[in-house]
Formats: sequence, C-alpha cells, structure tokens
Amino acid sequence: MELLSGGEMIARALEDEGVEYIFGYPGGAVLHIYDALFKDCKVPHVLVRHEQAATHAADGYARATGKPGVVLVTSGPGATNAITGIATAYMDSIPMVVLSGQVQSHLIGEDAFQETDMVGISRPIVKHSFMVKRAQDIPSTIKKAFYIASTGRPGPVVIDIPKDVTRPDEVFEYHYPQSVKMRSYSPAQRGHTGQIKKAARLLLSARRPVIYAGGGVVQGDGSELLTRLARELDFPVTNTLMGLGAYPATDRRFLGMLGMHGFYEANMAMHHSDVILAVGARFDDRVTNTVSKFCPSAKIIHIDVDPASISKTVAADIPIVGPVCAVLEEMLNQLQQLRERDSSLPDEAALQRWWKQIDEWRAQHGLWTGTRYTQGEHIMPQQVIESLYRVTGGDAYVTSDVGQHQMFAAQYYRFDKPRRWINSGGLGTMGFGLPAAMGVKLAFPDMDVACVTGEGSIQMNIQELSTCTQYNTPVKIINLRNNYLGMVKQWQDMQYEGRYAMSTYEDSLPDFVKLVEAYGHVGMQVRKLEELDATMERAFAMKDKLVFLDIFVDPMEHVYPMHVAPNGSMKDMWLSKNERT
Amino acid sequence: MRRIISMLMENEPGALSRVVGLFSQRGYNIETLNVAATDDPTLSRLTLTTVGDDKQIEQITKHLNKLVDVVKLVDLTEGAHIERDLMLIKVRAQGALRDEVKRTTDIFRGQIVDVGPNVYTIQLTGTSDKLDSFVAAMSEVDILEVVRSGVAGISRGEKILSL
Repeated sequence: MELLSGGEMIARALEDEGVEYIFGYPGGAVLHIYDALFKDCKVPHVLVRHEQAATHAADGYARATGKPGVVLVTSGPGATNAITGIATAYMDSIPMVVLSGQVQSHLIGEDAFQETDMVGISRPIVKHSFMVKRAQDIPSTIKKAFYIASTGRPGPVVIDIPKDVTRPDEVFEYHYPQSVKMRSYSPAQRGHTGQIKKAARLLLSARRPVIYAGGGVVQGDGSELLTRLARELDFPVTNTLMGLGAYPATDRRFLGMLGMHGFYEANMAMHHSDVILAVGARFDDRVTNTVSKFCPSAKIIHIDVDPASISKTVAADIPIVGPVCAVLEEMLNQLQQLRERDSSLPDEAALQRWWKQIDEWRAQHGLWTGTRYTQGEHIMPQQVIESLYRVTGGDAYVTSDVGQHQMFAAQYYRFDKPRRWINSGGLGTMGFGLPAAMGVKLAFPDMDVACVTGEGSIQMNIQELSTCTQYNTPVKIINLRNNYLGMVKQWQDMQYEGRYAMSTYEDSLPDFVKLVEAYGHVGMQVRKLEELDATMERAFAMKDKLVFLDIFVDPMEHVYPMHVAPNGSMKDMWLSKNERT
Repeated sequence: MRRIISMLMENEPGALSRVVGLFSQRGYNIETLNVAATDDPTLSRLTLTTVGDDKQIEQITKHLNKLVDVVKLVDLTEGAHIERDLMLIKVRAQGALRDEVKRTTDIFRGQIVDVGPNVYTIQLTGTSDKLDSFVAAMSEVDILEVVRSGVAGISRGEKILSL
C-alpha cells in the first residue's frame, strides 16, 4: 500500500472519485493541499477570482452534468466567501463537495489568523459537514462526502480540514474505499407500492388533471419517464422554475412555467384541477401564492425523495417517498395494469373537455400564442430571449442571474431538455450566472452557453471575466440593460407608487464594451431591434470568444403574468399593468 | 400538544448543535433537552420535549430524521412511556419552615440531600408535572435555586429504541 501525506491523500482521493474539475482559491491553510495538487494530481484546478464564484462555478457544473461540483477554499475569509454559493446549492438541492482549510488543530478556538468556525457557520446550509481530525480519516471522509452529496435529495457537503492534518512530512497508508455504508444515512431506494397503486387509480379517475414537475425531476434524471407518463395519459404538464426542461417545452401538453410569474394557462389549470401529480416539487411560496387558497378542489399526489418536503406547506393526499425514476417506473406499470383491466380509463371525454378549456385559456392569454408585450421605441426584453432562442436553435445551456431577466428567460426560452436551464431558484442569488456559465462551459466546451443577466447581477461577480480569459471559457453574456434593478423597480412601481429607492445607478454604469475588452473579450452594444438578431448571430458565431452583448431594453417593462398578493390564489394574476384576472 | 422526542445519534462532535440548530433555524421550540452517552460509546441518547400541533411535530421528526447524525428516533408520546425529570432545589429553611419543608418533601417522596444551618437542598424525580407541583407547593418558602435535568424517557414494555 502507498504512503501519502494528508495533502496528497486529498489530491489522490479526488482523482479516485473521478472529479473532473476543482474550483478554488489558495490561501495559508490549504497550501499543503495546493502543493500536493501541483506536484501530482490529474484533476485540473480552476482558479477563480473570488470564492463565491468557485461555488457557483462548481454548482453550474453540477447542474449541467449531474455530478457533484468540487470546491477548495482556504480558512477564514475563503470559507465565509463560499457561504453564499453553498446556500445557493443547498436551496436548489445541488450536489457539491466543499473542502475548506482550517487553522492548525492546536490553534482552533484561539481566534487564530484566518480562523472561522466553518462547520458552525455552514451548518444550516449544508446537507452534512465533517471536520477531519486525522490524516488517516481523509479517504473515508471524502468518500462519505461524495456519497451524501449525490444520493437521496442531493446537497452540499463541507469538509473542514485543519492545516496540520495535511502536513507533508507525515505519511500514512492510503486506501480509497470502493463503497460506503452509513448506519445513520439510508435514502429511500423505491416508493411504497400500495401508495403508488392508490396514486395510479386516482390519476385514472381524474377529470381535470395537471402534472406539476419540479427540480427533483431534473436532478433525479426522471424527465424521460415523466414525459412518457404524461404522453400515455395525455395529461397537461407545468414545470416549476427549477423544473424547466423536465418536460419538453415545445410539446403541446406543456403549459409553461407556473407560479408567481407563471403562465396564465398553467396557473389557471392548477387552480381548477381535480388531481395534481406533484413530482420533485416542493410547493414553494413562489408557486402556491396564498396556501389556504391553493387549488381548492384538487387531490394531491406528491412524489419526493425527501419526506420532509411532503406536506410541508400543502398537505398531500397521497404522499410517495422515493427517487423519481423508481417511483415513476412503477407508476407506469401500475397504470398499464389498471388500464388493461378497465379500458374505459381515463375518462377520455372529460379529458377532452379539460383540454378544450386549457386551449381556451392558452388562446386568451398564453405567452407563446400571442404577443404579450407592447412594442415601444425600445427593444423589449422578451424579444432578446426570443432572439437568443432562435439563434441557438433552442439548444443552448442558459444560465441566469436573478431578477426580471431571469423571469423573461424562464418564460421565453423553450427548454426541451433537462439540465439546460441553470439558475438560482431557491436562494435567488444575484451574481450566480457568470460563474455558473463558466462551470457549464468547462463541462461542455462544444456547446453554446449563454448567461442571461442584468447590469445589477453581472456586477456582483464580474471579476470572473478574468477567470474566463485564463481558462478560455467563451460563454456569451446577454445583458438585458434597463439601467434599473428591474425587479426591485417593478415592485416599487406596483407597491410603492414608483418611489425608486436605491434601484437606479444613475450614470454610474461602466462602459461594458470597454470593460470586457480590457479583459481580452469582445463587447457589442445593441440599441435597435433591427440589429438584434444579426448581432446575436455574430456573437454566437465567434466560437472561441467570450462575447458580452450589452442590449438596451425597455426600462419600463414589467414581468407578467404576476400573482396578485397578498391573499391571492393561483388564478389571481396581473396580466399587464392594467389588466388582471 | 407536548411531545417527548427521543433519539439515538452518533456520538460525534457537532451532532448536538445540528439538532439544536434545526429547532432555531426552523422556528420550533425546545422546552427541555437531555443528552448523554449510552451503553454503546458510539451513540448518545438525546431526549427533548417540544410543543406543536400534529403538522409541526411531523415536520420536526422528519427533519430530525434527515440529519445524518441522527440514527433512530421515536416520539415517546405516541405510546405508553415512562418519563422522568430530576430536580435539585435549594430553599431557605429556618425555624418552623424547616419542618414544613421536610414534610412536603416526604409527601412528594423527595430527599433532602444537603443540609445547612439555613438551607435545605432537595432532590426530586418524577414527571415534569410533579416537579412543577412541588415548586408550587413551596410557594411559602424562599426558593434560592432550581436545577432540572430535562425529561429523559423510555417506552413501556418490550418496545425499545436501539439499532
């Protein structure tokens, strides 16, 4: 058996785990580890410009590939800078392993230089965390961390490593475990057959069904089975913000996104449904609007791998705990058996009436069936997303930041495949988009990767333009420039009589074209609609260049539909500035 | 409703803070908390009492079960169980009150475990209710200090919480 130091063990264990990239930033407490990586490690390391970006890049990589993202940061500020990114991954259930350096064991608790209680600070935003006390425990701890991060409901795992544990002059036998078993951690492997049978019966008796699919379908790789189920039953499907791509958007059964900025037809269908099949979704407050008024006549089947997600906000009539694929597969079998026994199921006539109703809603206010914005003198933000969709053939990886541009992208880019839409849904982290796009581009260098952003968000991690230069990640940045913090402004318009408290930059915005050129990239400005498509095409034709498209859009535009709050139900929506349901 | 939730957890540093953190993070209350090692040195037994409706308690137990350090969990109040709280109470005991305190202690089957010229220290075990009643019965007496262990509990009969 080989003798390795603690630092070398970390490098080797990451190799043995099959890690493709480490995103990180060095510092005092992790220098032994970096030295080991430098001397002998096949895993490439991406040096970011701020630790928050390391976590977002690892997060983007994880969302696009399904494999855990890996982060390495130093103690103290390195660790605390990573917190926002860890919280982002936690809220969206993204597998991630974060290795943080810690001061030497004998200094812990003494307020040593760059000491912070990382295990303590990160505790509410991790799936689990470890502090390694002995070098011999490194391989098994890393194995456990990857296992916990990537199984069950995925999430970030922190491993805090005191510097002395990685010292190069003490070596130990290295053995990386093939598998891991923990008595206190055993995620569900399959759903309860009796519950699945009950659910199948309820689905077949439904007259106004809706399938409500969330990020769990994407993360659990359940899109194919979900699509099969919806097609076999001919049921309508709505995806959450996190679930976009779980069901193909261009299929006629797709109702669009639901929720606060969801499609009219999706929210109406939910409200009037009699059976909701919720898969890997968590009845988030941005979906349900007022919980007590949520879908009054619906019976709810809720499939989730995390029992704590079920009946957390909305009570489920038929809860099913299990991984999405195992449950959907069994459900498809049960449905087939039930239909063989009784061929009159489901009630085709009722379903036809339901589809007729849905098509009417769609025709009235569907975002994709008519023009839902009024063309003024400016380019409309929606048109930018439509142009992006056309130019990329609907096949790009699209990351986004947080705000109006995020909602426009979610509404107008029609995602047909899972893992293509990468955004911070739960935590709503501005600054997520660019580093996430880097992570995606590194994972899929031959694919188009677009970061849809705004002037507010992009400036929160704009330093990563430098990382993009160093590692040649030619992503395309689509800046919907309206000179406001758009979503803040929208709320101020609607609820604060247009008092724009701190939502404008006045004349302080940089010349983004010059700025990106300083980093060695290409910048383009678009002010006229006629130039939009051509410039977009030119940008995406520059395969090996990062292009920043600074697109001036209508500053007064709002995102619609928008749930009426407080006290509104799913069906209560603003459809435009002066039109509501 | 008051519930007694008892769990076996890994005897690891930080395990307790994960349990306690969960309660503050999600806005639940811990009324009492009791934790100590078991016969198996790798496991500790933690018992807590909390108050909530059925929905809250369901969420609490689900979230506790999700914690990687929690190995097994039971809501003791769901079945027949024994619960004990231990109290050490120091009271001023002078003159006629010395006899009075002694009598009340006997009635509650408590023990005076330390005697000073002016104070008694009384030990009392029982349900939290019983301990509350004793404190109420001491209303005429000057209570100097109260220490309670928090509830420890175990199921009645054959039912056990083990691996």
